[in-house]
Amino acid sequence: MVDVLIVGGGGAGMAAALSAKEAGASVVVLGKSYPTRAQTCMAQGGINAALGHAGDDSVEMHIADTLKSAQGLADETAVATLCTEGIDALRWLDAIGVPFSRTAEAQIAQRRLGGASAARACYAQDYSGLKILHTLYDQCNRAGIPFYNERFLLDVVTEEGRACGVKVLNIRSGEVEVYPARAVILATGGYSKLYGRYSTNAAGSSGDGHAAALRAGARLSDMEFVQFHPTGLAGSSILISESARGAGGYLLNSKGERFIDECLPRDRVARAIYDQITAGETVALDIRHLGKAFIDGELPQERKLAQRYEGVDPVFEPIPIKPVAHYTMGGIEVDAESQTAVPGLFAAGECANHRVHGANRLGGNSLLELIVFGRQAGRNAAVAAKNGTAEVPPAAVEAPELEACFNDAPEVDFYTRRDTLATLFYEQVGLVRDADRLRSALDAVKAMQAELPKMGVVDRNRAYNTNRTDFLELVNLLTVAEAVAEGALRREESRGAHYRSDFPEANAALAVHSLSWIKEERLCFDFQ
Amino acid sequence: MKIAVKRGDETVTYAVDFEGTLLELLIHIKTHVDPTLTFASGCRSSVCGSCAVRVNGTEALACSYKPSDGDLVEPLRNAEVIRDLVVNMDRPLSFNAGAQAWIDPVSGAIRMGHADEKANELQSDCILCGSCYSACPVYAVKPDFEGPFALTRSWRYVSDARTADVRSKLEAVQQNGIWDCTLCNECVPVCPQGIAPKQDINMLRTKSGMEGFMDPNMMGGFGGLDFGAPSF
Ligand SMILES: Cc1cc2nc3c(=O)[nH]c(=O)nc-3n(C[C@H](O)[C@H](O)[C@H](O)COP(=O)(O)OP(=O)(O)OC[C@H]3O[C@@H](n4cnc5c(N)ncnc54)[C@H](O)[C@@H]3O)c2cc1C
Ligand code: SF4
Ligand code: SF4
Ligand code: FES
Repeated sequence: MVDVLIVGGGGAGMAAALSAKEAGASVVVLGKSYPTRAQTCMAQGGINAALGHAGDDSVEMHIADTLKSAQGLADETAVATLCTEGIDALRWLDAIGVPFSRTAEAQIAQRRLGGASAARACYAQDYSGLKILHTLYDQCNRAGIPFYNERFLLDVVTEEGRACGVKVLNIRSGEVEVYPARAVILATGGYSKLYGRYSTNAAGSSGDGHAAALRAGARLSDMEFVQFHPTGLAGSSILISESARGAGGYLLNSKGERFIDECLPRDRVARAIYDQITAGETVALDIRHLGKAFIDGELPQERKLAQRYEGVDPVFEPIPIKPVAHYTMGGIEVDAESQTAVPGLFAAGECANHRVHGANRLGGNSLLELIVFGRQAGRNAAVAAKNGTAEVPPAAVEAPELEACFNDAPEVDFYTRRDTLATLFYEQVGLVRDADRLRSALDAVKAMQAELPKMGVVDRNRAYNTNRTDFLELVNLLTVAEAVAEGALRREESRGAHYRSDFPEANAALAVHSLSWIKEERLCFDFQ
Repeated sequence: MKIAVKRGDETVTYAVDFEGTLLELLIHIKTHVDPTLTFASGCRSSVCGSCAVRVNGTEALACSYKPSDGDLVEPLRNAEVIRDLVVNMDRPLSFNAGAQAWIDPVSGAIRMGHADEKANELQSDCILCGSCYSACPVYAVKPDFEGPFALTRSWRYVSDARTADVRSKLEAVQQNGIWDCTLCNECVPVCPQGIAPKQDINMLRTKSGMEGFMDPNMMGGFGGLDFGAPSF
């Protein structure tokens, strides 16, 4: 039996695994895919730390920028931890071999991202996430940490209110498996796939960890805060990194006019673009003036992506873009030790809400959070494991819902519903919200939940049944969707990424966190 | 457009009207035509390495390939096919650990400049898509061969200015490693990241030679230890 079991081998999961192992715990990482396929590999821009390698910077400035962007909704102590420990986190990444870009002075290179008062993002060309993720993976191999790949988390198993393992679907065999553990860390990533094709995210960001945490008795917090990135490719929503604007890229409308300061925080830039688009304009990102040499040297992936997925070469043409869902600030509520409301259950990374991003995340702070809080969660879970028992109740071995979801002739096609949900959220729970649209979105979500028995899985094959995992993801998305829409409706104000056209100002009384949890199979909601 | 997909022993042909990448096409088929069609995907932007397949016999990332009429799509070779286009990567991936592709964390201050960054910038672009193992004729017949991406990863660390103990890294790629490669070049054109594992293997051989390692095949088969006379 294992001390610390980690669900999700992205950046947060592997950082947690390494620190739990270092603290003396036995560790296993399991995930629905492979660790190097986690969405962390997609991060391009970089990871923040006030190293001051490219001009003046300080931890205080990093804290101030983060708090400013968070719009009154961040926990100052947590932000101070993030920014202070950020320095050490970067030293650690350098020490374990992340191939960062370098300066002429033989230090880690840094560049400026939106909302930052200094060039603070450390990067590895525009493969920052890829190279951090793979280096963590190599270190996990060094530490001999086993990976159980292609296991889909169904539920966190609890005994007397304490986490004691997980129940998973082995995707390859189609069998249910139970892994007892003395402590469990969820590191399953965000829920931006709620917005489907209007999202930069990878296919698996479906809020599985959030839904499982709710079912286990944990709470979700600030779910209504979803960050829209200003520059997704117009066709595919694939991200064009903020570093393109940081380096001096312009946003132009169809008349060729600039309409916003490109370096403002993401929410303001994204809304300005959205306003242009709803007014009938098309918007493009123009980096031609940066020159081919610079683009090839610093932004090679951006050029490749624009050519491959939008058919334009940014050296010669502006890139058509639109704002799309990118990062979910909301997440599983954790305390200052990264523990959820369920003893023995921890969370880190995008799936957790450490209250450092508040109403709007700063570019480059997420990768940092993975490392700082991932390592913290690993250490603390290793300690908690000493008190854990890991007696798994026998009922945990069954998963009747997995058999019940087969349906040879479903009345309702769930893939169609998944698309409907995405469009509904982009249009009604998106960049600009109001009570009417939110109420109708919430009703639609509840109607889809009620319809679930009419949907179902046509493919009866046990082995590698992605028709079934697609369906399980939709069930989770519908749980998360309710929390997001409910929070957006109840939060009658505008703050950061949450913009209500019927309440365009912030309300000081609402500088509080929203919370949702399940009681008697119903989602409950409150502010705290 | 007609597109054929190898599904186990069968080849199934789908006729669809579609513009986009092969991955988008596969998703379209799954969500609109045949929900049993099975493939892997993640980032859809060529960086997670989930979606490598073979198209008309050549490895490609489904998310960057633009399909044309009559294409035949098959799973990667040299790995257990779990279902349709999905293969089990656990075994090829295990060679990363076998090759000890990592560094021991550095304790002191690190000073590395542009030249150090460039030394392994390309090798660290690897997305572990597995295309190179699918194309490698040696791995096909010798399942213990450490194989192209693991050896590229080894060079990525051997060439890293932070690696203190280069010798022990090299030691890990002598047996079933660099000397088994025939330098046939098959892994090079299939790499979506423009990496040349063959070249990295060559670099490892040169470095090994400098560190006093020898090609064990030469030593054994031809009496390579007898320096006095020509061995052939
Ligand atoms: C295109 C893009 C660019 C970005 N650029 C930047 C940037 O430059 N700087 C920055 O700071 N941030 C950036 N971000 C944000 C940042 O990359 C993410 O927030 C971060 O990578 C999330 O990491 P994670 O470890 O929490 O989760 P992920 O990397 O998403 O990993 C989650 C893991 O959990 C597994 N998992 C999920 N559900 C289940 C389940 N049911 N069962 C088992 N396993 C499961 C997944 O397979 C995966 O391995 C970017 C995000 C995107 C999409
Ligand atoms: S070396 Fe190239 S082909 Fe091989 S796994 Fe890496 S990216 Fe894929
Ligand atoms: S060059 Fe070596 S590693 Fe590459 S395919 Fe040929 S034998 Fe395999
Ligand atoms: S889906 Fe990630 S590489 Fe193709």
